[in-house]
Amino acid sequence: MNALITVVGNDRVGIIAAICVKLAEYNVNVLDLSQTILHNNFTMIMAVDLSKANKPFAEIAEALRVLGEGMELSIHMQREEIFDAMHTI
Amino acid sequence: MLNQKDILSTIEMIEQQHLDIRTVTMGISLLSCCDEDIEKACQKVYDKICRSAQNLVAKAKEIEVEFGIPIVNKRISVTPIALVAAACGDTDYSLFAHALDKAAKTCGVDFIGGYSALVQKGMSDADKRLITSIPKALSETDLVCSSINVGSSKTGINMDAVELMGRIIKQTAEATADREGIGCAKLVVFCNAVEDNPFMAGAFHGVGEPEKVINVGVSGPGVVHHVLKDMKGRPFDEIAETIKKTAFRVTRVGQLVAQEASRRLDTPFGIVDLSLAPTPAVGDSVARILEEMGLETCGTHGTTAALALLNDAVKKGGIMASSSVGGLSGAFIPVSEDEGMIAAANCGTLTIDKLEAMTCVCSVGLDMIAVPGDTSAETISAIIADEAAIGMINTKTTAVRVIPAPGKKVGDTIELGGLLGTAPIMPVHPESSADFIHRGGRIPAPIHSLKN
Repeated sequence: MNALITVVGNDRVGIIAAICVKLAEYNVNVLDLSQTILHNNFTMIMAVDLSKANKPFAEIAEALRVLGEGMELSIHMQREEIFDAMHTI
Repeated sequence: MLNQKDILSTIEMIEQQHLDIRTVTMGISLLSCCDEDIEKACQKVYDKICRSAQNLVAKAKEIEVEFGIPIVNKRISVTPIALVAAACGDTDYSLFAHALDKAAKTCGVDFIGGYSALVQKGMSDADKRLITSIPKALSETDLVCSSINVGSSKTGINMDAVELMGRIIKQTAEATADREGIGCAKLVVFCNAVEDNPFMAGAFHGVGEPEKVINVGVSGPGVVHHVLKDMKGRPFDEIAETIKKTAFRVTRVGQLVAQEASRRLDTPFGIVDLSLAPTPAVGDSVARILEEMGLETCGTHGTTAALALLNDAVKKGGIMASSSVGGLSGAFIPVSEDEGMIAAANCGTLTIDKLEAMTCVCSVGLDMIAVPGDTSAETISAIIADEAAIGMINTKTTAVRVIPAPGKKVGDTIELGGLLGTAPIMPVHPESSADFIHRGGRIPAPIHSLKN
C-alpha cells in the first residue's frame, strides 16, 4: 500500500531527518520526496510504501502526527488513492 | 507523482474548508423479521441489525484514518417498520422503535432511520398504528428517525395522512417539550420519498433494495464557497463551471469511500448522494455560497435563481464522478443546520414563504424550521400540503421537517445541539387553513403532459 505524507510548517534544521528516522523505525520505505518553501512555509510531500511496515497504518499515522506536534509541523499520512480520485479523471 | 498544488489543495479542503463525508449509511432489509408475536419480531430486528452492521463503525473509522477524510456520521436505514410490523396486529409498535434504538446503540451508529410508513395513496391498519405511535416512539428513544411519505407524482397527495401528520408533529413536539421539541427534528414528511437516501431523518431501506447496501452522502459547502471567493464579478457560466469541477472532486471522494466501505464490509455499494449538506459550523454554509454569488442576504430577491444554479451545477459535476448516483442529490437548505440560514432568518430576510419557493429548485424541502409553539396542527398540515404539491407537480422529492417549539414564540431560539444546530422561531401566517385541511380525501395525481 502506498501513501502520501504531507508536511507543512515553519522551516528548521532536521525536519526530513526526523521524519525519515521515524519511518525507518516502522520499516516504511520512501519512494519519492519533494520539498519547497511555499508562502514562507516549509512544504514537503513524500510518497511512501507501507507494504513491509511493521505496525498498522493508524499507529504510524498517529506517530507522525505526534512527531509533527512536537516540531510545530502539520504532518498527515493518507493513502494516495484519495488524491488520485480527486485530481484525475 | 501527483502535482504538489493538487495534493495541498486536498489537504486544505479537508483541514480548512470542512470537506467531509457526511454519512456512510448501511441499508438493511428487515422483511425477514416479520412475526405475529411482536416481542419475537423485535428480537429478530435487533439481532439482524446487530449482525449486519456490527463492523460498520469500526470499518468506517479505518477508512477515516487511512484516507484522512472525516466521516461525520455512521448510520443505519431499515425497511419501513409499518411493513415489518403489519403481522403483529393491534399492538404498540413503539416496541420496534426501542429495538431499533437498542440496536443502533449496540452498533455505535449516530442514527437509525426507517420508523416509517408509505401512505401516498392510502393507509393500511399497520400504517395508522405506526403513525399514531410516532410521538411515543420518538420521545422514548434517542437515535430513531421517522419518515412518512404522504404523496407522489403518480398517486397524488393523501390528504387524510397530511391532516394526521399535522397532529402527530404537534404531539411529538409536546412529548419532547422538555428538550425543545427535538422529537420533530427526527420526523420528516415526504412527497416522492426515495428508497436509497442516506440522509436523516428521511432514510429508510426501500423494498426494491437488496438485502443490505452501502449508501454514502457527501458534503462540501465550504469547499464551493471557497472557490467562489476568488470569482467576484465573473459571469454565471463561469460560476457554474467552477461549481461543477468542485462538485466532481467532492463526489469522487464519496465514491472512493463508498467503494472502500462496500469492500471492507462485504456489502454491495448502492449510491452516492450528491449533496451539499451544510453544518452549523462557520464556513460550511449553503446560504453563504448564495451570498457569495452577490446577494446581500440569503432570502432576498435572486436567492431562488442562485440556488437553482448551484443545485444544477452540483448534480452535473457530481454525476460523472460516481458510478451510481441516487438519494436526494442536491443542495440542502436546513435552516437550523446552516449558520448563514440562521443569520438570514434572524434578520427577517429569509422567511418560510421564500424557503418554500427555494424548495422548488433544490433538494429537499422545508427542513429544520422552528415555528411558534402555538402553531395549529392544521397550519402544519397546510405547510405539508403546499410542500407535497410542489413535489407532486414538479416530480421531485420534497419534505417538511418543522418543529413547533413548545412554549416558544417568534424572536426566541431553540438549541437542538450537534449537527441539528440552532433554530430561530420563524413566523407562520396566522390565518386559518383548518377548513381546507379538514376536507380529507386525496388530491388527484397531476397530468404529466401539457407542462405549463
